[in-house]
Amino acid sequence: MAPYASDDSTPAGKADDLRVGRRKAVRYIVPVTVIGVAAATIGLVPALADSGDPDLPKITAQQLIEKIAASDVQQLSGTVKITTDLGLPDLGGLESGLLSGATGATGDDGGSSADPSAKLTELASGTHTLRVAADGPDRQKLSLLENAAEYSLIHNGKDVWGYDSASNEVYHSTVEQGTEAAEPVPTTPKDLTDEALKAVDDTTSVTVDGTVQVAGRDAYKLLVKPKQSGSTVGAISVAVDARTGLPLKFTLTPASGGAAVVDAGFTQVSFAKPGAATFDFTPPKGAKVTEEDGADAAAEAPAPSKGDLEGDFAKDLAGLDVLGDGWTSVATFDSGGEGMPSSGDLPDAGGLGGFLGSFGDKVDGKFGSGTVFSTRLVNALVTDDGKVYVGAVTKDALVKAANTGK
Amino acid sequence: MWRAEAKAVPVKAAPGEAASVEAASVEAESGEAASVEAASVEAAPGQAAPVEAAWVAGGAIGRPVSRLWTLGLFRSELTITLRRWRTLALLGVLAAVPVLVGIAVKIETGDGSTAGQRGDGGAGPAFMAQITNNGLFLVFTALAATLPFLLPMAVGVVAGDAVAGEANSGTLRYLLVAPAGRTRLLLAKYATTVTFCLLATLVVAVSALAVGALLFPLGDLTTISGTRISLADGLVRALFIALAVTASLLGVAALGLFVSTLTNSGIAAMATTVGLLTTVQILDQIPQLHAIQPYLFSHYWLSFADLMREPVYWVELQKNLGLQAVYVAVFGSAAWARFTTKDVTA
Repeated sequence: MAPYASDDSTPAGKADDLRVGRRKAVRYIVPVTVIGVAAATIGLVPALADSGDPDLPKITAQQLIEKIAASDVQQLSGTVKITTDLGLPDLGGLESGLLSGATGATGDDGGSSADPSAKLTELASGTHTLRVAADGPDRQKLSLLENAAEYSLIHNGKDVWGYDSASNEVYHSTVEQGTEAAEPVPTTPKDLTDEALKAVDDTTSVTVDGTVQVAGRDAYKLLVKPKQSGSTVGAISVAVDARTGLPLKFTLTPASGGAAVVDAGFTQVSFAKPGAATFDFTPPKGAKVTEEDGADAAAEAPAPSKGDLEGDFAKDLAGLDVLGDGWTSVATFDSGGEGMPSSGDLPDAGGLGGFLGSFGDKVDGKFGSGTVFSTRLVNALVTDDGKVYVGAVTKDALVKAANTGK
Repeated sequence: MWRAEAKAVPVKAAPGEAASVEAASVEAESGEAASVEAASVEAAPGQAAPVEAAWVAGGAIGRPVSRLWTLGLFRSELTITLRRWRTLALLGVLAAVPVLVGIAVKIETGDGSTAGQRGDGGAGPAFMAQITNNGLFLVFTALAATLPFLLPMAVGVVAGDAVAGEANSGTLRYLLVAPAGRTRLLLAKYATTVTFCLLATLVVAVSALAVGALLFPLGDLTTISGTRISLADGLVRALFIALAVTASLLGVAALGLFVSTLTNSGIAAMATTVGLLTTVQILDQIPQLHAIQPYLFSHYWLSFADLMREPVYWVELQKNLGLQAVYVAVFGSAAWARFTTKDVTA
């Protein structure tokens, strides 16, 4: 040991060691630099890509709404990203079970995983990527991109096909030629905007809120706000393509603040005519095909309850009353034996009722007592005598409506 | 032992540099080294001999033949890797997966039902349901089934062994005395691992195609978007999918190579690489960690299925390629920094 130790202690050896050590350290700068460059690229590229708000001629809210109404985009294809956060408790598989139970659409016997109403209910929570293509009123395609699978809803002439590639199941129904196939749930920014603009009346403030770029296109921003208090809707913002008048992005923020409840926007859009093969569909060999027979189709397909995002529920709720008007209107109905199971009116569903009850808050009022189920947008009050009040209003407004409605 | 090859030959001509220590150790074991030389010259006479001649003629610079050298180094590395029983066993297991899947699907659907059609719909790997209708889908199913674990594990074993295995068996210093230089040796090692990635993927794909053609009908196929494409188009897409899967493995290969430079134990390097792989896969499954998941190398692996959409959905494929490139750059340069400054004692 000793001779080496003395060697090391010579000045020359020390300098050498230092030099070698430094040279070694210098090499590690390379991977560190690579990490830095990568991190900077990830952080900066989105910021640089945001080229600022485009410069567009001034326009009034009225003109913009007319522009949307006059918009006649017949041919388009694009990718839509839709994020919904209704604040529903995350029940995992049970949730879809309940929803499909409510629509009566699926079940192990006879149900098809390619049924559009069952499939598109998935959009009610989480982030999804959709592809849309349209060529006139007769040909549309909507695809829900999944992990290594896809669900496609294709309307071509009088045929409506649903194809679920994960299970290789096909759903088929027919519509009259020339009619636009109704989707059971609004999915594109345009569908959502049409719904929102239906609600525009004197209880609403509509303004143009500057410009924005969506999917590389210049757009105006339309801001729709309820004037009344008591609504859970904070604001609805719509980006309208400056050239075609097509809504490109739809954002609904709740009054309670936080992330948007619904955020649907094109990430890529093209107004070129999509290839004809896009709309051609023949069921693959061996696929299980579920035919929707005519009577059912008439009852279900043309009656899409687009009234709200929980439209699937509303389907079962024919004959409901509406209390109030504008944004604070509350729908009410007697659940009787259908609709939402509650511990009050469905003793045989006691287990499930009790389970659901654990998500709600007990409330009392002139109407008696009941349970309020809250999401970030829609609140529902189920009274112990089986009446149900639903609306995009706050809990207090709901109780008030129940009190006055009694 | 014979793997030290021709690279040991020019040692005596090699001037200074870091080789002096290693040269001394080679001489200390000259008996063994001599036998190594004899064996190696026989093993690769074609490229080794002219290279040496050029080396001697060109003196210490020797640049004109550098490309040949690297190629020769790469070729010998590849031969050595592929001749290992371990490698052959891994490839055998990979080739067996499509056979098992194919037979299982054939038996299950013997009564005419479709595979993967259960109440929950989403059981089994991707594309499972379509296999009975078109054997080509077995290629996609087999790749989807092997990509999460089996393929990267095989790559991890080969990459982890690349440097540490040599160090473990005491052959690394013989390799290093060759005038090729450490950087070039590392590049040859990485190229070998990448070639193995491609080979392993192709073994799965070709085996699946053979089994699929044997057990199930082939023909026009339906993309997952519902449109129809011809069989030829399908085969082209299968080839692109195999390339996309290969590209997905590049990050693991670089990571394995870096781990391999950290230790002198081949087993430790392989275990660490496979352990990291498993950890990353688990992290990718935990919903609460969604903020970091887009940066995990396995996050976009299944994006190869996007090649079966019509039109192809490029967004995630591009993200996958970008992510793999970052991993290759980071861990490749880290491996280089480590390997070129490492004290090789074994």
